Amino acid sequence: MKYVVLIWSNPGSRRIWESLSATERAGGLRVYAELTAELRDSGELLASEALADPDLTVRIPASGQAKDLRTDAPLAEAKEHLAGFYLIDVADAARAAQIAARIPEARHGMVEVRPVMNYDMPDL
Amino acid sequence: MTDLGELARDLAPRVLGILVRRYGDFAACEDAVQEALVDAVTQWPADGMPDNPAGWLVTVASRRRIAALRSDQARSRRELTVALLDPAAEPGPAEDDTLTVMLLCCHPLLTEPSQVALTLRAVGGLSTAEIARAFLVPEPAVGQRISRAKAKLAGVSFLLPVADDLPGRVAALNRVLYLVFNEGYTASSGPDLHRAGLTAEAIRLTRQLRDLLPEHGETAGLLALMLLTEARRPARTEPDGALVPLGDQDRSRWDRRLIAEGTDLITRTITAAPVGPYQLQAAIAAVHDEAGRAEDTDWAQILALYDHLAALAPGPMITLNRLVAVAMVHGPRRALTELDAVAGDPSLAGHHRLHAIRAHLLDQAGDQAAAAGEYRLAARLTLSLPERRYLESRASAVGRWFRSGCR
Repeated sequence: MKYVVLIWSNPGSRRIWESLSATERAGGLRVYAELTAELRDSGELLASEALADPDLTVRIPASGQAKDLRTDAPLAEAKEHLAGFYLIDVADAARAAQIAARIPEARHGMVEVRPVMNYDMPDL
Repeated sequence: MTDLGELARDLAPRVLGILVRRYGDFAACEDAVQEALVDAVTQWPADGMPDNPAGWLVTVASRRRIAALRSDQARSRRELTVALLDPAAEPGPAEDDTLTVMLLCCHPLLTEPSQVALTLRAVGGLSTAEIARAFLVPEPAVGQRISRAKAKLAGVSFLLPVADDLPGRVAALNRVLYLVFNEGYTASSGPDLHRAGLTAEAIRLTRQLRDLLPEHGETAGLLALMLLTEARRPARTEPDGALVPLGDQDRSRWDRRLIAEGTDLITRTITAAPVGPYQLQAAIAAVHDEAGRAEDTDWAQILALYDHLAALAPGPMITLNRLVAVAMVHGPRRALTELDAVAGDPSLAGHHRLHAIRAHLLDQAGDQAAAAGEYRLAARLTLSLPERRYLESRASAVGRWFRSGCR
């Protein structure tokens, strides 16, 4: 089953990151490198990327007659922003959660797991 | 896949067994057989079928294996000499290690996705690229699963499991074949033709296993279940790709030949072998398939089979599907009461099927307003886009009916 693991960031988590020493930062990045290598090796990793600074976000404006349906998110000015993601293909939801829990941001509650929709035609 | 390709792939596990006995090193021999299969698929159509296709594959795969040994500087000289001295003998008919290869691919050391990938490659003879396309996963991911699985098997001896282990190992193999079938059966039509081909592959491999273990009731039951399920495939989608539930299918489009074969197989098996979950599921499928019209379905018999299945192999899907039969035999109110009694079970809580079945039962019981809400909830919770479309259409249909009925 495919899942996307979303890693969120906000001013609080950025402050924590900025307060870390170079060694601590290197340690955090090593966790990512190890996790990525392990998932690639097991054949569970489909894609993984870190996203650029949210200031570089370009929002496509509502155009023509279409109504602008924006509520409060996702906006470039929003406090929370997506910092990176893993797309994984794993045996079950428990394995996906186990992988997500190893991401350093999970300690601050900034990681979530969402199942991917499929085109399966189940028997009804 | 051409017929010649399929014939070559039928021989793949036997050829692999011969190579492993001759040279050891399952992983390297599997690569050599894979290369020989590619040679067969390109050469046989041009040069004609060899008189002894298995012997041809053994010779070509051996040559590949020896070439790999030669180029591998790390190998000891002794090993190379042994390989080169070995006569390129024709395979003896007694040496059929197909079952050993099949069971090795489903070794308990491997995760289920790895078991599936390795079985399709080493037993099914599919290429890594074909497996990747069938499972909608990038090729390197499948390649990694296969190479890691082979690395994990490096220390495992190439022998048939001992009698005590055999039932559990065959059960794991049946499970892998069932997963392969299901992956193909749930594939939507159109862009997923490679995926849909997995049902034929699963049936082919299950037939092969049944030939090796003709007395094994659950393998026969699994094969019957696959045939009886596959028979309905032409009727389960509209031309536009929409899902058609069993009760609404055009039964003239069911495959009568598959139904006859599956029904005959399960009828003979269930009276002869110790009964198991695959046999009971096949029997349920046979009762559905024998009904010329949905209203002719023998629901009492289906309920009796579900009762047996729920006692033998309880599970959330069996609990829920059984309630559909309860409603048909004892009425939707009785089924709703039973559903409420199990709804708190952690394995069912939040599952979209729970809400889809409650919606169906409420609809049958005449409570269309509540049914519409449950259909909508089920639509939100399913991971299948076609099922979501179906559930949304049910929600609006019963909602419309309710509104017009109230006027």
